[in-house]
Amino acid sequence: MSRFTFPDSIASRPVYGTLEPKQGKAHLMIADAEGAEALLDLGMHNPDIFKNSHVIFIPKDTGQTYIGSLADLDPEQFYVGPSYDASVPRIRRVLSGAHMGLQVYLAGTEGLIGQAQNEAMQAGIPHTAIQSEHRGSVARRMQCVHCKGITEDVTTDPFVCSHCGLNLFVRDHYSRRLAAFQGVRVDAEDPGNIPVPVELYS
Amino acid sequence: MTIQFNKESFRGDYTFHNSDWAIQRFPFPFHEDSYMYSVNMEQHRGGPEGSVYEKRFDVDEHYVSEMHDRALVLAEDPLRCQSLPHMTLAGWDLLELIMVAKSEDYPELFELHRNGDTWRWVNKPMEIDDTFTFLDETTLPYGPMEYITRQAQGDWCVLDQRDDMLWMDAGMVTTQADWSLDFDIGMNFFEWHAPVPLAHEMGIFKRALKFLLNIQQGAPARRLNWTMTVNPLLDTSPENYHKWGVQKTTLTPKNIGAKQHLRVELQTFFRLPRSNALVFPIRCYLIAFQDLVTIPKWGRRLHRVIRDLPDELATYKGFIANRPMMLDYLSRYDDGLATSPGVWPDLEIEPELQK
Repeated sequence: MSRFTFPDSIASRPVYGTLEPKQGKAHLMIADAEGAEALLDLGMHNPDIFKNSHVIFIPKDTGQTYIGSLADLDPEQFYVGPSYDASVPRIRRVLSGAHMGLQVYLAGTEGLIGQAQNEAMQAGIPHTAIQSEHRGSVARRMQCVHCKGITEDVTTDPFVCSHCGLNLFVRDHYSRRLAAFQGVRVDAEDPGNIPVPVELYS
Repeated sequence: MTIQFNKESFRGDYTFHNSDWAIQRFPFPFHEDSYMYSVNMEQHRGGPEGSVYEKRFDVDEHYVSEMHDRALVLAEDPLRCQSLPHMTLAGWDLLELIMVAKSEDYPELFELHRNGDTWRWVNKPMEIDDTFTFLDETTLPYGPMEYITRQAQGDWCVLDQRDDMLWMDAGMVTTQADWSLDFDIGMNFFEWHAPVPLAHEMGIFKRALKFLLNIQQGAPARRLNWTMTVNPLLDTSPENYHKWGVQKTTLTPKNIGAKQHLRVELQTFFRLPRSNALVFPIRCYLIAFQDLVTIPKWGRRLHRVIRDLPDELATYKGFIANRPMMLDYLSRYDDGLATSPGVWPDLEIEPELQK
């Protein structure tokens, strides 16, 4: 089962829903890994919207698992990319050419949802108009508040900043603009005293 | 009166100090012997002569040194001052507000000469004399918000108002109580306050937002907030927390009176005329425990407030580990006598310490 119910948290922490079909001239669907299951669920009851859909899928470590089923939904355009970063120019091009009435659907990890939401916001779509559904890994995209570097796919608390090497604890405070949670040095008041990392939500 | 500006530092050797004048006008934040969150807003229409509430934007003996400290912070980290693209007009609004207020309230220190759109601004303490064209960014060395807030004490958050919400869309933030403008820029009122414990559940932010959305031009409001800081460090930023956090462990029973500071924010709120943005200056005042307890009423009261503060608040404000040592020190200045209501020193009526 790819769904995870996040416990209640602070007001800046994103919350996710379940994708629902919306009336629209065109549909942009961006998903990674198990996020494919959210699109497949959407397609099971609403196959028609895929006629006007552009599906952008980054399999990550799911390999070939979902590619065939997604293709069977017969989207108008279907792109499978090797990484989110590699898909960004395409996403920007699609958004820059979009018309009023484009519906955006995001599914998968928080990192994918947050970054793609940010692209859509920069294209002028209010974040409240963008649907998102979390599926799969609870890994987080973390910004080090000290060096500003982003560490992708953080699964433990604390973790080591991939840029400056400080040991950071994982906050729930979240910036849509950065599409990242905040990481803060865990041993700032007691240098060297670093708790044993534990899996997030374990 | 003529202000004698201190030559002092807020880092390194920490030569910051308060004169007797600054101690007596310190904005002590506790009006009774206990503390809990409240929407403690009041009109900002002056206050007793000489108090920090008297002028729209208080200028005190720390002005020149604080502006030097700000310049150091910005040189290290330009991200402390940011303005989203739609906030430039609000920046001009803010520049006008500060220049008009300072030149009217402190004519011996600041002058503003306006001839149509050609403005001449004279800041005598900082030895600035600039002529520029109002609303033309190319005639200033920085954007309008950055230009004027490099010359005005306290942090400055410029909040856009839309969809019945306030948005943190611009700011100059170098004297903050551990929050990051770079991280929070673009957030709404509830989001940037998200990490604050208890207050959401108490409905504080909903009520505060309702109040702030309705602030009108010419009717500013104010409130106080407070925390604790070891050493007179203005820049207690998350960005530099990995450097200053460890200073909290340097407190000893011997040095606590000099090192431990009560940090008070005078927060004011002004509606801006062209942009309809809300500017939210957060002015930081620091006072060493050893100076604070020279006011008998404040010594008694601070002990009681810190002693009875809920653990969540002491944790959030970052002094839970040092609280026992703080209480050991402060208890020496609490003889159990009753205190007079309100925040003022009341030196004439409050008895000397009876122990």
